[in-house]
Amino acid sequence: MRLTVNGTEYEVDVTPDMPLLWVLRDELNITGPKYGCGIAQCGACTVHVDGLAVRSCQLAIGDLAGGEVTTIEGLAQPNSLHAVQEAWIEHQVAQCGYCQSGQIMQAASFLDLNPTPTDEDIDTAMSANLCRCGTYPRIRAAIHAAAKKLQEA
Amino acid sequence: MPSVGKIARRTFLIGSAAIAGGVAFGAYLVNRPIPNPLLDDLGEGEAAITPFVKITSDGVTLITPRADKGQGSYSIQAYLIAEELDIDPNETTRTPGLPDQAYYNSEVATEGSPLPAYDESAAAETIRSVLRVVPKLFSVQITGGSSTVPDMYEKLRNAGAVARETLKEAAAQRLGVARADLSTQDGHVIAPDGAKIAYTDLAADAAGIAPITDVTLRDPKEWRYLGKAGLPRTDMEAKCTGAEKYGIDLALDGMLFASICANPGIGGALESFDASEAETMPGVKRVLEVKAGNPGVAVIATNTWYAMQAANAVVCNWGAPNYPATSAEMFDLLEAAVDTKDAYDHRQRNDGDVEAALSEGEVFEAQYRIPFLAHAPMEPMNAVVQVTDDRVDIWTGTQIPLFIRDRAALISGMDAEQIFVHVQPMGGSFGHKLEMTHVEQAVEIAMAEKGTPIKLTWSREEDMTHDYPRPASVMHGRGIVKDGRVDTVDISVSQQAMAPSWFGRLTGMRIPGPDPTITTGSWDQPFAIPNYRVTGYRAPDLAPVSSWRSVGASGNGFYHDTFLDELIHKAGADPLEERLRLCMHAPSRKVLETVGEMSGWDGPSLGEGRGRGVAFCLSFGVPTAQVIEVTNTEFGIRLDKAYIVADVGRVLDPGNAEAQLFGGLIYALSHAINSELTYEDYAPLQTNYHDYEGLRLYQTPEIEVKILENMPGIRGIGEPGVPPAAPALGNAIFAATGQRLREMPFNKHIGFV
Repeated sequence: MRLTVNGTEYEVDVTPDMPLLWVLRDELNITGPKYGCGIAQCGACTVHVDGLAVRSCQLAIGDLAGGEVTTIEGLAQPNSLHAVQEAWIEHQVAQCGYCQSGQIMQAASFLDLNPTPTDEDIDTAMSANLCRCGTYPRIRAAIHAAAKKLQEA
Repeated sequence: MPSVGKIARRTFLIGSAAIAGGVAFGAYLVNRPIPNPLLDDLGEGEAAITPFVKITSDGVTLITPRADKGQGSYSIQAYLIAEELDIDPNETTRTPGLPDQAYYNSEVATEGSPLPAYDESAAAETIRSVLRVVPKLFSVQITGGSSTVPDMYEKLRNAGAVARETLKEAAAQRLGVARADLSTQDGHVIAPDGAKIAYTDLAADAAGIAPITDVTLRDPKEWRYLGKAGLPRTDMEAKCTGAEKYGIDLALDGMLFASICANPGIGGALESFDASEAETMPGVKRVLEVKAGNPGVAVIATNTWYAMQAANAVVCNWGAPNYPATSAEMFDLLEAAVDTKDAYDHRQRNDGDVEAALSEGEVFEAQYRIPFLAHAPMEPMNAVVQVTDDRVDIWTGTQIPLFIRDRAALISGMDAEQIFVHVQPMGGSFGHKLEMTHVEQAVEIAMAEKGTPIKLTWSREEDMTHDYPRPASVMHGRGIVKDGRVDTVDISVSQQAMAPSWFGRLTGMRIPGPDPTITTGSWDQPFAIPNYRVTGYRAPDLAPVSSWRSVGASGNGFYHDTFLDELIHKAGADPLEERLRLCMHAPSRKVLETVGEMSGWDGPSLGEGRGRGVAFCLSFGVPTAQVIEVTNTEFGIRLDKAYIVADVGRVLDPGNAEAQLFGGLIYALSHAINSELTYEDYAPLQTNYHDYEGLRLYQTPEIEVKILENMPGIRGIGEPGVPPAAPALGNAIFAATGQRLREMPFNKHIGFV
């Protein structure tokens, strides 16, 4: 089976029902997307497929249908981080950091669709991403900051 | 491992024996230097000036031995060394190093002190100083008890200063000038003429001279990093780019992947199993029975997904464990133990004459309970293990590397010196990684595949149902109010033994003595109540339990403060004013006053359907107060705003301290509102985040944090944010609705938005 991740094409020999998450992690050693729950309850596995945030634990590799996968490792430009990553660092969001790949991928996709979000928009878009350390107040602040950066860019 | 039993008796258990035992160790053992473990495999031209600093011609390595589970310990340890060494920690290599006696944790034992944290008398300090020695003698390298900063505050700055002065001495000898005429800056020694010599260039010279240990630590006024707002965590960028490698991310050449299904009735047997379907599934290499840790059936496969799928397909017949099958039976046993002579465990608070007061006045009684709670960090338990003929290598995120080393030696039949524990960054823990069942299992699996690295990953379901949770407990409170004041507080808490359960698993020994965790957070509060008594009762062993962020204070903070709030309302007093009146500890009073100012406190009511609650708990030496504001909406209770004030003595990383405090509040509220483990047929019914909900972003209130520095000394901040949150919320809900919540999770009794 073929797939494109972060602009690189790979060939993997796995069963078609295997979730994209585990193909990335164990077959391709792309470990930014994390295993947290396996049932779309935490969002730690969030990646982009054709630019949209999806839960890679729920997407069977056989259903990828040529979609281009971007993981946290492929979010930044070669010489500069994505505005969401910059805002995350400025606001020192991460504690354990395990959920943050997913949070950042969710936020980047969301800001793509809604460049000027309200607090309510952020609540709706981000509440399916679980953080057990409780970094939410800084996630909210960082998303506003990233939105501003993207507006100014 | 008899030494651990002694530690347990002398520190974790309380009594005069602890003090007498400590003194008896004598000055020789206590003061004997511990060999520097970095010297063992030092290359030519490399210098390990202290166990915490290694310098080669290629670079500077800082050893940060206290484990990082998200609380920022790696970062602050690096800054502590760097502050004196004069180097940007981001320009160094940072590693926890291999576990060693040199990295003992002096502070972790002081939590077992029989004197409350607000007692700053000479006698109390003497006891604590004795307790600090014990971990050194018995090589206790533990991360826990919010102890990293207090333990490392002087040690690591001293290590940085020794390294700096030794490098200066090396430069002085090379240049033929006096050391006093040299200075240091950003990884270089600066000569009198301004010429710079890189530390790396001095490594070979420094290796040849005795370390300069006569150093004076800098005045905090001179600090460049510590105490500064906006200090960037050294791991932040890696955590925002996907570059951070947790234990679960480790990949070794030729590695195979394993998963396991073990008996959810912890301690019960594996009677029989049928793996015929699992063996035929894709990617499966091998199915094997595992006896170490908790018995079960493991699957080795070519990736984790295949291993988990096959492990799910194994049909197991489990034997019953040695505890009751259901939550209902467990709570019956907890209730049966309260206030009974046979179950009496300890009483560390007994002021005035509670019996006399209760026999005279009108007694108010209330009964409380809290459930078992899983830790449920985002990263499930995992370990990579490689066993060869002469060594075992273990890569895992852990708070207890030396216990793992010793247990792996037992399982593999090798000597402790042949076991190498490579501690990995953790995706959360909250106390979960004070356990090692997964490592025991991984060692046994890897022994069956000698030479091949095996990565064992628990599924979320395996993790949730094999958690060693926070113990459930119940509390019966009796109190009297008189003349508008709280006069009598009598708190009885019943819980199974926690510390002995945990230590028993780590050491294989059942240790005697009382378990202070039953009442920690209740008995040790800085209040002067005329008649004031706190008693711990020990219920029989229920499901095996462990430490959960803030340990005893996680439940006792709720019991003590909520019951106090009930009595204050009965007395008709203001919740904040009466707490202040009763509080006899100046820094704690200041914390309460400050949270009052921040929140604009003018009483518990905020108008129709709105209310605020204040709560206070002194835990891990940190007085912490919180105010939470709620609105009773048509969709349920909404959390509007929260205020946190804590006093840590001295703040080293203000931004991270703030994050730990609001994170603690959110972690506490997640469980206070939503979460419990309930047992049916010996196993928790909750298996994943869908039925063990944490707080979500939309439910999180706006939070303001203020940190004070009036306490003497310096304390850690990972846990103290937790205990006051549940009572502050419960007290706020009472203010808004008149409904008093005496059982967690609160959503059993009231709806939330």
